[in-house]
Amino acid sequence: MTSPVRELDPERDTFPKLARGNAERIPGKVAVREKDYGIWQSYTWADYLEQARLIALGLASLGFDRGDKTAVIGDNRPQLYWAMLATQALGGVPVPLYQDSIEKEMQYVIDHAEAKFAIVEDQEQVDKLLNLKAQCPRLEYVIYDDPRGLRSYAEPFLLSLERLQELGRKFAQDNPTYFEDQVAKGRADDIAIICYTSGTTGSPKGVMLSHRNLILTARNAATREGLRRDEEVLAYLPMAWVGDHIFSFSQSILLGFAANCPESAATVRHDLKEVGPTYFFAVPAIWESLLTTVMIRIEDAAWIKRAMVHFFLRLAQRMERERLNRRPVPLWPRLLYPFGRLLVYGPLKDNLGVRRIRRAYTAGEAIGPEIFVFFRSLGINLKQVYGMTESSALISIQQDGDVRLDTVGTPIPGVEIRISENGEVLFRSPGVFQGYYKNPEATRETLEEGWVHTGDAGFIDHDGHLRIIDRAKDVSRLAGGTVFAPKYIENKLKFSPYIKEAVCVGQDRPYVTAMLNIDLAAVGNWAERRNIPYTSYTDLSQKPEVQDLVGQEVVRVNRSLSEEELLRGAQIRKYLILHKELDPDDQEITRSRKVRRRFIAEKYAPLIEALYSDADRVAVEAKVTYEDGRTGTVRADVRIREAELEGVVGVR
Amino acid sequence: MSEGNGGGPLLKVDGVSVRFGALVAVNRVSLEIQPGEILAIIGPNGAGKTTLLNAVSGFYHPYEGRIIFQGQDRTWLKPDQVAALGIARTFQNVALFKGMNVLDNIMTGRLLKMKGSFVLDALYWGPAKRQELEHRAFVERIIDFLEIQAIRKTAAGRLPYGLQKRVELARALAAEPTLLLLDEPMAGMNVEEKEDMCRFILDVNSEFGTTIALIEHDMGVVMDISDRVAVLDYGRKIADGPPEQVRTDQGVLDAYLGVGHD
Repeated sequence: MTSPVRELDPERDTFPKLARGNAERIPGKVAVREKDYGIWQSYTWADYLEQARLIALGLASLGFDRGDKTAVIGDNRPQLYWAMLATQALGGVPVPLYQDSIEKEMQYVIDHAEAKFAIVEDQEQVDKLLNLKAQCPRLEYVIYDDPRGLRSYAEPFLLSLERLQELGRKFAQDNPTYFEDQVAKGRADDIAIICYTSGTTGSPKGVMLSHRNLILTARNAATREGLRRDEEVLAYLPMAWVGDHIFSFSQSILLGFAANCPESAATVRHDLKEVGPTYFFAVPAIWESLLTTVMIRIEDAAWIKRAMVHFFLRLAQRMERERLNRRPVPLWPRLLYPFGRLLVYGPLKDNLGVRRIRRAYTAGEAIGPEIFVFFRSLGINLKQVYGMTESSALISIQQDGDVRLDTVGTPIPGVEIRISENGEVLFRSPGVFQGYYKNPEATRETLEEGWVHTGDAGFIDHDGHLRIIDRAKDVSRLAGGTVFAPKYIENKLKFSPYIKEAVCVGQDRPYVTAMLNIDLAAVGNWAERRNIPYTSYTDLSQKPEVQDLVGQEVVRVNRSLSEEELLRGAQIRKYLILHKELDPDDQEITRSRKVRRRFIAEKYAPLIEALYSDADRVAVEAKVTYEDGRTGTVRADVRIREAELEGVVGVR
Repeated sequence: MSEGNGGGPLLKVDGVSVRFGALVAVNRVSLEIQPGEILAIIGPNGAGKTTLLNAVSGFYHPYEGRIIFQGQDRTWLKPDQVAALGIARTFQNVALFKGMNVLDNIMTGRLLKMKGSFVLDALYWGPAKRQELEHRAFVERIIDFLEIQAIRKTAAGRLPYGLQKRVELARALAAEPTLLLLDEPMAGMNVEEKEDMCRFILDVNSEFGTTIALIEHDMGVVMDISDRVAVLDYGRKIADGPPEQVRTDQGVLDAYLGVGHD
């Protein structure tokens, strides 16, 4: 194993210094691209530094002091990455926010972080900030990139990024060395960013990460993974999420590789194909949706093509399972595989835009084994990663050639892992965060003598791989004593292309039940092909045909659970399809799509009670929050269905 | 964008009547559209709104009266000549080329601006190539403006109705019009789509300075976005003024609530 880097060269110990280095050593190399007006517009490292310099000088001319915070809000845009670097160059701290947050959430973070400047993408964000500015007295200036629709806005504290850079140019005339002096003042232990975690409980917490945290973690992971200067990444995950920060900002600057910003959220799939990243990260929900797209397209193909695709996919998946289980792969599939590559795997990968990928990762949630095997079987080097904001994103990664289905790999260089007495995973590393901003109490709870409590239950297996079972507080037992790991069952459910979200209930209950969300795209397509008319999600979800379809998927999950000794007793006895989609605006799932179990248990208490009664239907009325903050109600009659149990003795 | 007539109205409809046989669809309507404003034309079904729009854009020719655009009499022009003057429009029933993709549909809006040479175009060489690239660049700005990047290469016929309407607006904008005529731009849309469309119309007006005349039934929309409202009923203009004034006008209320006409 390579030995971890722990010390930093004082000339290269902050991101502005590293970016300055890139602009000197590789000025002409592309640093960031953005698809705009239908063309990929490129900016070199020289441009990157110059743009950030002008933004920084502009901010300085408006009175930016060391330690000031800049809220950064919008889709992934080069301008916003520059704004982060500019803030760091002045000794300030960028605070990226989720761009789809509603005003209330945004107000909390901006106010809590004491942001003095906000640099945002467009009118949508400006409008939100104008509404909440009165409640955020420390916010002095709002700067926007895209002027569309903002021409008639006359607020004196509002200005365009272009204007800010102009101010910067003027400021530079009187203060020619200001930028360089400020960059030189930066220290490794300065706070580089505050990432607010979406948090499954309570108010968001501001995780403070220093330049040292990020640089060392990015460096150690890059060494382990053999990253190079010629990598291409797609910068499409929310900028507020530490993962995007480490891949599209930290590692990009550290190694000098290019980050590619998609044209819009709606074009990501297409842009992925055009960019063809070599280094790609996606949360399980995205891998799932890629898989769903593939499956829908296959079902729409002519029967002969469909038969061929299914044949080769099954072949590849069987081989991959053998490999993952460390068993030898028989000869005949190995002989057939090259034909599959020619006819199916290659074209399929090309079509998805994943053909050039050298390393792909999944994290955030456990990925369904079926999804994982599917992508690996195509020859994509998909690996599981484990980490959290408090660890500067990365704790462990599966090593090339040592990938398993059910582990999250081995610790990256510099990280130590320990399991506490009650089964919780603890870690210590150079990436350990500097504390929660203005929340010493929460910091004390999480950070003990350098060790961070992850809140995850797990263990280290005999090969040194870390295995995560579930959130420590979520693993429980049924009334009969059977181990109940809800997320594990939910992931199995979610592999079905027809099921988008699943919430399982069972703690201290006699049996396991599930509340499901159908995937509107996939089930809608399925319904259309069968001439089943529907009007809305609510309507479609309660169609008997759809209930049958989903019922088959539940039985499939039960069958797979019955194969595992430990979980045989935790099969799904009853299920229902929820009348509305779980939505972060309703606080049912987090913005990174994690189920908020406790909230759902409260909100859907009548449904859960019905699942444990003899009722076969229940009338519901639910409040929904629209994106603009207004609320409305959805009424529906939700059916409750029973599922067949597989090979169970003595439960009924 | 409306220079050349010294501060007068951009478009003047002067006592225009349109007849189909014995039916008088538009009866001596006079109307002015000032440069830079958003004018809404409202009225019950069959009031003659679309007919009036068709007369302005040259599809019908008036039986009497004059249409004066930028100070010059334009009564007898054909639709393509009207378009060349800088008047673009969208249609009540979407009129896109269904089999063509969105990009090509919008490019057709540039046709009047293209100087063609059959041979050069066929070879895609020299000026032909340069011209194509310039027009494509312009169209891309509109695609960006109307946020339809994701459907650039989708066949227009496969799009949902609300998006087709947006593509039609894009095509009209591609002609860089001075005056934009929108015939029920929000018909059949849901609330969210209507809000989007309202924002686009306002943005077009403020970013490009385009003068807009639109026919619309949704009163909320009309009151929100228009500077002035003209009301037609049975082919006659019965009111004309700022939205808040028209809203309380007794004649308008009668027309909508159905008081007998004798």
